[in-house]
Amino acid sequence: MCAEKKTRIVKTIEIDVDKCNGCRACEVICSAFHAEPKYSSNNPARSRIRVIREPLRDIYVPVYAGEYTMAECAGRDKYIIDGKEYDECSFCRASCPSRVEFKEPDSGLPLKCDMCEGEDEPLCVKWCLAEALIYVEREEEYEVEEEKPEDLEIGLEALADKYGLEKLVDTVARLAAKE
Amino acid sequence: MRYAETGFNLEVDLSRGNVEKVATDPRDTELYLGGLGTNAKILWDRVPPETDAFDPENLLIFSTGLLNATPATGCNRTIISTISPQTKLMAFSMMGGFWAPELKYAGYDKVIIRGKSPDLVYLYINNDTVEIRDASHLQGKGAIETAEALRQELGDPKLQVSAIGLAGENRVFFASIEQGRSSASRGGIGAVMGDKGLKAIAVRGTKDINLAKPAEFIGLCNEVLEYIKYREDHPIPGVMPILAGLGSPQEMKIHDEKWHTENFMWGNSRVRRKGFWTDEIAKAWTETMESVRRRLISCYNCPMKCGATISVPGLPTYMMKCFSKLTYTMAAMSDLEFGLSIAQKATEYGVDGFSTPQVMAFALELLENGILKESDFPGMPEDNEGRFYWLLDRIVRREGIGDILADGTYWAAERIGNGAHEYAHNNIKKHEQLPLKLSMLNPVYFLMYSTGEKINITQIEGQFPQAPFPKKEQREEFVKDWIQVPDEKFKQYFLDWEPRGENSNPYYPTPQIASEIVDWQEMMHYVDDALGTCAGLSSFPLKPPYHIHNYPKFIEAGTGIPMDKDKLVEITRRNRNLVRAVNIRRGMRRADEKPPANHWKKRFPELEAELLDTYYKFKGWNKDGIPTAETLKSLGLDYVCEDFIKRGILKADEEGEVNAEADQN
Repeated sequence: MCAEKKTRIVKTIEIDVDKCNGCRACEVICSAFHAEPKYSSNNPARSRIRVIREPLRDIYVPVYAGEYTMAECAGRDKYIIDGKEYDECSFCRASCPSRVEFKEPDSGLPLKCDMCEGEDEPLCVKWCLAEALIYVEREEEYEVEEEKPEDLEIGLEALADKYGLEKLVDTVARLAAKE
Repeated sequence: MRYAETGFNLEVDLSRGNVEKVATDPRDTELYLGGLGTNAKILWDRVPPETDAFDPENLLIFSTGLLNATPATGCNRTIISTISPQTKLMAFSMMGGFWAPELKYAGYDKVIIRGKSPDLVYLYINNDTVEIRDASHLQGKGAIETAEALRQELGDPKLQVSAIGLAGENRVFFASIEQGRSSASRGGIGAVMGDKGLKAIAVRGTKDINLAKPAEFIGLCNEVLEYIKYREDHPIPGVMPILAGLGSPQEMKIHDEKWHTENFMWGNSRVRRKGFWTDEIAKAWTETMESVRRRLISCYNCPMKCGATISVPGLPTYMMKCFSKLTYTMAAMSDLEFGLSIAQKATEYGVDGFSTPQVMAFALELLENGILKESDFPGMPEDNEGRFYWLLDRIVRREGIGDILADGTYWAAERIGNGAHEYAHNNIKKHEQLPLKLSMLNPVYFLMYSTGEKINITQIEGQFPQAPFPKKEQREEFVKDWIQVPDEKFKQYFLDWEPRGENSNPYYPTPQIASEIVDWQEMMHYVDDALGTCAGLSSFPLKPPYHIHNYPKFIEAGTGIPMDKDKLVEITRRNRNLVRAVNIRRGMRRADEKPPANHWKKRFPELEAELLDTYYKFKGWNKDGIPTAETLKSLGLDYVCEDFIKRGILKADEEGEVNAEADQN
């Protein structure tokens, strides 16, 4: 038995921190694009991309929002890169309870990058003339695993154990009748 | 709902410790737009000419521009206006950076400071929280240090801070207000801030800025970004590298300093060093810059990289831009490493990079010529560079001779006497100028130097090339895609302008043509200063992305106020005349409107008089440079006209012309 292979497009933004000049145009256009109606307002506090800036330490790290996470990390590390010390959170894309980043300022609801759906490329990339943000569409292969009859049997057995076989058969019959 | 602007100002009375949030009149936006325009209106209404810079009644206005914090690229300037202690006229220095947009996101268009705090304080603005807080722990701290200290103690790295250093605290007449990578330096506005007992304004904002016609506005922004990319790929041929592209002069990026070092003056604006820029120097200076420059950096929402982070070994990191790269180096006749090192101290102290080096070179020239004595400089080191550091320390502390020098070259000469005025030779209206001494009078520049209300050439020039192109083909090539001209006639003016012969300086451009060219250049600065757009994307460079043809669309789409070219031109005229009115009421007249006597070697008194006459007439001013009643009324400035008549500046039954001439006699 061999697994079927399929490809899917993974959209990402590559970030070249050496090229960032810290202008925050990405924050402006992101928050404008996601305003309702579109472009009707802007507010970097609502942006789904943030430039972590510490000009005197020469730190400029654009980070775009990832998944919401329920809990903060247990440990927080420091990274030293090229003589500069970064908090681990600097690179984190999560909206999480331990910090204010990537949350709506009014409601506190988490924000997540959607790659500006409907546009040719994310607008933060389009507005970054410094080319610190590069849009990359990567084709990824992934295996589609065939469903095995045994797996289904295990699942059904568990349900039969819980509800009784008779009830399970009745339910399946009723579902079939609905189809 | 107000669009593009917030519709609120903060009124802060430091004497009483009172803060109020005040709604502004939308009609003022239609008449003056914002930024410099509305600042001038407030100063006119509320600061009478009897008020001196250091009176509590003087206002210090931190203003955003009308388009700050909208997505319009490069709209990030803070426009600070007050009465200058040095010129005693209206000062309107500006800075880029991040402060003004942050103020708007906090919900305010301006912070208007009045009164004086008995103790040193700072202002904390976080959306609706506005507090006057004790700053005694920041006393004597550097401007950059102060900003960092506030970010640390308030635990907010996103706080944007405008602060003064020691120079502002000690009311040095050329003290600046610093904001990390930017500074508002001209006219001594930092001294006014220090006089008010205000060390810093720290701002954080998380509110929305709205647009009236969103899709249209973003379309315009995208066009501007496309044009910036085009101009990056198409530098203008035939002009020096720092002026070929966009942005403010690319001093941080470009190493070739042949033009500045060989054409600008060294020392106290005295010595021209032809042949200075050898391969050896070029190599050494390039190495210096590359070894200390960590990154080219931008202001808010702008792709240009006019600034740089500078880390000189052994010194704290600071940020720099533009020509302050060379002003200390050239005043001290030293090298780039010295200039970049002393500039770190100067930035922390918060002093103007144009005036300060000249004041120090002036002092040493007075010593050399026996007007000041060794005894005036007790403890000054022997070595040249050590002397500059020593002088800088005395000036910002107002110690000994430093107390006199801290008033700038004009007032220092006044106090020193004994012929010292001969050495304060590079001023216009008491204000130190770029160190330039040239040969042949340039009529356009004559008018700009003489009449520019900002008293700084870089804040009025732009748009039109500084010099004629040698070949006709070059000129034809240049005008081909010159879309920025307000009128096609400007192309012909440029085509006709030749380096030599009949159509060359000083008689061409003719007084009439020169007036039109100056008017266009100045007009663009007045648009920028009302909108908060950086001159580097608009009024300063050749062929910029913003111009008189797309600006009205930006304003209309941003604010919802119907706008076209004619209406915008009228607003700039209104603002221009209002600024002038503030200064006229403070006593400024034709006699003050002149470049330094030695700016050009070849001078033409008759022609110069004709230039001024023609320009004044073109502007609707009388022979003394006073806006006529007719001009004022046509711009809706009737209240200015009434005040002028009440004060006898204009006569009720005449247009001002006769009255002003009577004054001169």
